[in-house]
Amino acid sequence: MSNSEEDFNFAYLDEQTKRMIRRALIKAICIPGYQVPFASREMPMPYGWGTGGVQVTAACLQETDVLKVIDQGSDDTTNAVSIRKFFERVTGVKTTENTGKASVIQTRHRIPEQVLSEDQILVYQVPIPEPLRFLEPRETETRVMHALEEYGLMHVKLYEDISINGEISTAYAYPVKVNDRYIMDPSPTPKFDNPKMNFCSAIQLFGAGREQRIYAVPPYTKVISLDFEDYPFEASRAEKTCEICGATNTYLDEVVIDDKGTRMFSCSDSDYCNSQKS
Amino acid sequence: MEQILKAKAINKKFGDVYACNNLSIELYTGEVVGIVGESGSGKSTLLNCLSGSLVPDGGNITYLDRDNNWLDLLSLPEPRKRNLLRTEWAFVHQNPRDGLRMAVSAGGNIGERLMAIGYRNYSQIRAEATEWIEKVEIDAIRLDDKPSIFSGGMQQRLQIAKNLITKPRLIFMDEPTGGLDVSVQARLLDLIRSLVRELGLSVIIVTHDLAVARFMANRLIVMKNGKIVETGLTDQVLDDPQHSYTQLLVSSILKV
Ligand SMILES: Nc1ncnc2c1ncn2[C@@H]1O[C@H](COP(=O)(O)OP(=O)(O)OP(=O)(O)O)[C@@H](O)[C@H]1O
Ligand SMILES: [Mg+2]
Ligand SMILES: [Zn+2]
Repeated sequence: MSNSEEDFNFAYLDEQTKRMIRRALIKAICIPGYQVPFASREMPMPYGWGTGGVQVTAACLQETDVLKVIDQGSDDTTNAVSIRKFFERVTGVKTTENTGKASVIQTRHRIPEQVLSEDQILVYQVPIPEPLRFLEPRETETRVMHALEEYGLMHVKLYEDISINGEISTAYAYPVKVNDRYIMDPSPTPKFDNPKMNFCSAIQLFGAGREQRIYAVPPYTKVISLDFEDYPFEASRAEKTCEICGATNTYLDEVVIDDKGTRMFSCSDSDYCNSQKS
Repeated sequence: MEQILKAKAINKKFGDVYACNNLSIELYTGEVVGIVGESGSGKSTLLNCLSGSLVPDGGNITYLDRDNNWLDLLSLPEPRKRNLLRTEWAFVHQNPRDGLRMAVSAGGNIGERLMAIGYRNYSQIRAEATEWIEKVEIDAIRLDDKPSIFSGGMQQRLQIAKNLITKPRLIFMDEPTGGLDVSVQARLLDLIRSLVRELGLSVIIVTHDLAVARFMANRLIVMKNGKIVETGLTDQVLDDPQHSYTQLLVSSILKV
């Protein structure tokens, strides 16, 4: 008993919390794209630093897992490093920067370029889970809209985009419809990543700490980006080549590389870029 | 002429106040019924009960839908009710802020109902929104402006366009010209009346202004303290009021 209890309590969360989060996760997986409320706990980091993702990761991790943490595609930004260190300390699990070797990947703002597999879990850090909030601030009303599939409003947002900018200018957090039912905010990933969510082999879990919501996309689930017939969705990227690895099909960051302001395009997914170089 | 809405014995109490006391009304297809009465007489409460935004304590309301089925509104499932509100019905609020999204452009406001019923072609939505903004006599150049920078009269026109674009059959209006300058009011009423005729709408309009009632309504319902005190053809009621309260109403308006 004491032994199994010990096993269960590893990864920072107490047993009760972990059970509550796992229950929410199971519910979320059963109803793809539906936002499940959960009692978010205080984590040893401020909101906005991925407390939702951290709780989901903590509830999933087992001793045999290998964890990768990325922020904007990179493993070595402050946020990614501190979350990785945190889990190293409280779980002792192995960590990696290699996408293919990770069993759990916690991410902020990107989906790795390398195609994910069935034995992987992708955990997204979500700041604002409600895609309808922009136009309808009342939570009571957005819940009814989800329940009754009243999603006209989401297209009003895209309409506004086109009428103001001549095209759908939403570049991040581009709304998707999951499993032909719920409209979901994919978190602030670039829309370039949206197609990767569709029929993805890995489990995709989303945690919003401050907003206390968990949602999920189970493996091999239809995830379609909303659009208009005459303004179809485009997974756009900068029409450039990575100046480090030469990739022409990845999402690029434009970075300043010296104090003269010289700019360079390179893969935002640093692990992928490294793997292409060699 | 056929009935489109029938309400029987509607009751609604707020604490000890009978806002609607055993009210029955019928509306015929293509008819404009005005509900008049002093402030606090229960006009808005009755309208809100009929349009489903308030649940009466008792009574019965039925509506004849587009497919000729009588629907029992008080037991109608919520999804169907909301669907009716977006398609066959319209509600024009006194305050345009209650009926418009102020952060969304005029075109987005007008197009919302189309998108809600499944329109997915931007150019088509835009074309219909343009047609409707012109129909309510706003320059189409304003299509991408936010309603927050429109005048009160324009906001009200916009609200009307937003409501009528899906060609509803039944429209509820609560003081649609209240709070507007008299000249703006007159033009707006003109517009509403011609649209109502053009589209063959059935209308229930609440007003405390007998001039508005006379201009708009075929038939009047006079309310006082939650009760109907008189009902009849508009000219009859206003030119030859039977009930002492209506007589008072009519004489007081004539003095102004
Ligand atoms: N939500 C509410 N809670 C409590 N009392 C209410 C509520 N709504 C209306 N009442 C009361 O019910 C009565 C009828 O109000 P209602 O708003 O229907 O009148 P009205 O005829 O529309 O008046 P007005 O011309 O001022 O708009 C009033 O006594 C009012 O104070
Ligand atoms: Mg009122
Ligand atoms: Zn690269």
